[in-house]
Amino acid sequence: MSIFHRLTMQQRAGMVILLCLAVFAFCAPLAGTDPDTQDLRHAFAAPGAEHLLGTDHFGRDMLARLSGGMRISFTLAIICVFSAAVSGVACGLAAAWYRRWLDTGLNFLANTILALPGLVLILVFAAIVPGSFLMIYIAISLVLWVEFFRLVRAITLPVVQGEELESSALHGFGKWYLFKRHIWPAIAPDVYSLSAFGAATSVIAMSSTGFVYVGLKPPTPELGLMIVELFPYYYKAPWLLMEPIAALFLMVFAFQLLAGKQS
Amino acid sequence: MLKILLSRLGQCLLMAWSVGTLTFILTRLLPGDMAYKIATGRYGDDAVSTAAANAVNAELGLDRPAFQQYLVWLGDLITGDLGTSLVTGAPVVHELQNQMSFTLVLASRAILAAALIAFPVGLLCGAKAETVPDRASLITSTFIRSQPVFCLGLLLIFIFAMELNWFPVAGFGSAEYAVLPVLTLALSLAAVSNRVVRNSTRQAVNSAYFHFARIKGLSYAQAFTRHVIPNVIVPGLAFMGIQLIGLIEGVIMVESLFAWPGIGHGLSHAVFARDIPMLQGTALVMGMLFVAINTLVDISQHYLDPRTRLDN
Repeated sequence: MSIFHRLTMQQRAGMVILLCLAVFAFCAPLAGTDPDTQDLRHAFAAPGAEHLLGTDHFGRDMLARLSGGMRISFTLAIICVFSAAVSGVACGLAAAWYRRWLDTGLNFLANTILALPGLVLILVFAAIVPGSFLMIYIAISLVLWVEFFRLVRAITLPVVQGEELESSALHGFGKWYLFKRHIWPAIAPDVYSLSAFGAATSVIAMSSTGFVYVGLKPPTPELGLMIVELFPYYYKAPWLLMEPIAALFLMVFAFQLLAGKQS
Repeated sequence: MLKILLSRLGQCLLMAWSVGTLTFILTRLLPGDMAYKIATGRYGDDAVSTAAANAVNAELGLDRPAFQQYLVWLGDLITGDLGTSLVTGAPVVHELQNQMSFTLVLASRAILAAALIAFPVGLLCGAKAETVPDRASLITSTFIRSQPVFCLGLLLIFIFAMELNWFPVAGFGSAEYAVLPVLTLALSLAAVSNRVVRNSTRQAVNSAYFHFARIKGLSYAQAFTRHVIPNVIVPGLAFMGIQLIGLIEGVIMVESLFAWPGIGHGLSHAVFARDIPMLQGTALVMGMLFVAINTLVDISQHYLDPRTRLDN
């Protein structure tokens, strides 16, 4: 509970929204409706008792598709942020602690990635193997990795050169203790908020690739892809198009609230 | 000054090398035989034959060892030979020039519009912090920021094109086609930067030097123009510069959404059609635009903020 109490109201609100969305995304499949089953006779059904959120142009249940789309987005966001954070923190630490060629090499890599706008890099990767979740995951993680790496390296440098750490090291404490006692407290708040922002970025990036039709392939219920697919039916069933847009908005909004530290 | 230009030149070269290498790896990694793959892209699934594949093979020199091909590839890149589009058959450079003019029109108008929104709104909200307009701008900014830029574009399309019928939905032509794409980009940029302007305005208004200016007898308007605005413009512009990274990403999405025939549209189409020379060209131009914007920001910073000149 102590972590929850330290959060601001904004962050708590973000956390509550995220929990609700996660419950919706991961528990809705228990109802047993398949997001890919077509029922052309009941296409464009309005929201009602049988289909709570209506059906799309192939008569597929929107509730199942939305929760499927959010499940994919959540999964991607979590694994992207996790791998980017772990490797970014490790590389940032190593670069700041050992300096020399390791620092030079990692900085070169970071600058190479930074030389291209993130979305361009993600699109180029998406072109390597079309419709591949793995490629989108690698590309987004790379883009996020740079942020973690640069942040951790910048904060760790002065700490490593500081007297507190030197004094602990002279007392014979091991590397792990030095990290836990001196470096982690300095980087932790920023790593947390960058993780939440990174999650928002990955949700946006994935839906962007879906939206320009180079991301995951139909019939995968991916939010960006659903928006393009339903766009032609705006006049016929505007609520259908609004559902994935609202889901996407809520996810990004909640992650940004959770990140906190906004003006 | 020279240092700024040199480091940006380095970034540009690094970018060109990484795009070139990535796209080269990409061509090698394509599953299946390269020649057949390209032939399929050119002639369609049904018309592929061994003859067609062999023609492609000879034309592109695909039978040589990979490393040799890589060097040739980089050589072509340095000399500015970007090849021909696999889909249209036209030289990539030609197509890029064409698209570039459209993108520049869109981007420059969007930057201008964003500045015209962000600075007045930010200055007003900063001078009158914690009032109704300030709250309203916070809520609007948060709302705009919490969605991908293409969702914002879609919302504008629903409201202004489909419900009100004021502007066309998408495409390119007379001036009114530009309104919605420019507005989408400008709003997404201004949503963040107006808050930055607002915060530095608030800081300046509460500062000792502002109070001193008031005490020595300057009117509020005089003190505001002499002491607040210069202190707001520098961080405001610097932040807008950083934001322009987002502008490049926004350009890709907005052009695809509004079918605006620029580089971003070209890039997403090249990815979709797996048109690798085109992909390489558009990614290169996007990267170059990115470096150019960064350089402009550095230089304007150099001239606007006297403190950066003192260091040299």
